[in-house]
Amino acid sequence: MAKGEVKLLGSWPSPYVMRARIALNLKSVEYEFLEEKLGVKSELLLKSNPVHKKIPVLLHHSKPICESLVIVQYIDEVWSSGPAILPSDPYDRAVARFWASYVDEKFFPALRALPMAQGKEAMEAAMHPVKEGLALLEDAYANHSKGGPFFGGGQISYLDVAFGCFLGVIRVSEKVTGVALINEHTTPGLAGWAEEFCAHPAVEDVMPDTDKLTEFINRIIKMKSQSPN
Amino acid sequence: MGKKGEVKLIGTWVSPFTLRTRIALNLKSIDYEFLEEKAGTKSDLLLESNPVHKKIPVLLHHDRPICESLIIVQYIDEVWSSGPSILPSDPYDRAVARFWAAYIDEKWFPALKTIRFTKVPEEIEKKLNEMREGLSLLEGAFVECSKGKSFFGGDQIGYVDIAFGGLLAWLRVREKNYSVSLLNATATPNLAGWAERLCAHPAVKDVMQDPDKLIEWVQINIDKLQQAPPAK
Repeated sequence: MAKGEVKLLGSWPSPYVMRARIALNLKSVEYEFLEEKLGVKSELLLKSNPVHKKIPVLLHHSKPICESLVIVQYIDEVWSSGPAILPSDPYDRAVARFWASYVDEKFFPALRALPMAQGKEAMEAAMHPVKEGLALLEDAYANHSKGGPFFGGGQISYLDVAFGCFLGVIRVSEKVTGVALINEHTTPGLAGWAEEFCAHPAVEDVMPDTDKLTEFINRIIKMKSQSPN
Repeated sequence: MGKKGEVKLIGTWVSPFTLRTRIALNLKSIDYEFLEEKAGTKSDLLLESNPVHKKIPVLLHHDRPICESLIIVQYIDEVWSSGPSILPSDPYDRAVARFWAAYIDEKWFPALKTIRFTKVPEEIEKKLNEMREGLSLLEGAFVECSKGKSFFGGDQIGYVDIAFGGLLAWLRVREKNYSVSLLNATATPNLAGWAERLCAHPAVKDVMQDPDKLIEWVQINIDKLQQAPPAK
């Protein structure tokens, strides 16, 4: 498949961009990765996603597709001869979509607030919804993984991609807070899953290094504190 | 199609998200039992079926719960695949439809919902402007998606019609709340025509709420409502 056909606008730290990259890798799709610089939005990005002005944007034959989970479903449907990302059964699809939506609407906002919490009390308060979320996801893994190792069972699937992309941020939070959020005692299922996920060929080259990501997140926090917006 | 007992919907006549699922069920001519929640209370069945969010709507199909209105709509489309299609068949068109449905839920609906949290005139005006800007985007989306036809879905009601149509009566409620006109033939000519056609559609007309009845309902239940419109 000609490389010029598929381009992805994104950046290496973004978990949402990672979703699209994992999906492209799962389908062995060659693509040109157009990396946005921090703090600057390219003309192409602004033109391709005028509504949100955000990455990732997939460009397929120059037509833009926006929103990471919309992109993942698009990739699954267009490159349908590759391994399926969404489950085939409609009920399993509904369950996968439910948890992906939970991750986006409830879990990640709580996770993202963690590094911002100042002081012991604030940190504990910020930790609570994250731990609750992980407990729910641990249950979801136990109920739906059918023996695993992935949420999708033997193969990586939609929910693995939707949730797994946040492992980088989870690792950074664990490092910064000194708390093992995913561990063999409270979340044994997720602990095993996280290792398998990060080692998967479609993931290992796009999952950011924890130290590099910590440095990046610290830069963002510093930038935000200098120009409140 | 299918015995009535197989399909149950937990919801309320008031909820825009319940409305979405009812339109989808009607489009596919599915018989279902409507289990109406009472304002201010959550039934045991709801809490059991949606323990994570404790919110309506919940579809129960062979007693298995499906939650989140747009997920339910996609489930209905995929299970009752012999009925008219709700999502477009082309992957790019599907991506566009999903994009606009996500926009409606994540960007446009919050303004409609949270405007009631403030009494500060500048903040109210800010929210009204957000809604106007959003409608202007959706006006463009209609042109893009409909490709000259009657609905976002083309000749037939589709995913974005359902996603946006579910909120229509509450939009009219807001217009009355603030004595403004947001969706009309001057500001949003395409959407104005679309709204009329949608409300007249057989799958919609018996379930679309009357904005005056919604206003009445809010007044009756005001003390039971901690926040503005009902659940997702």
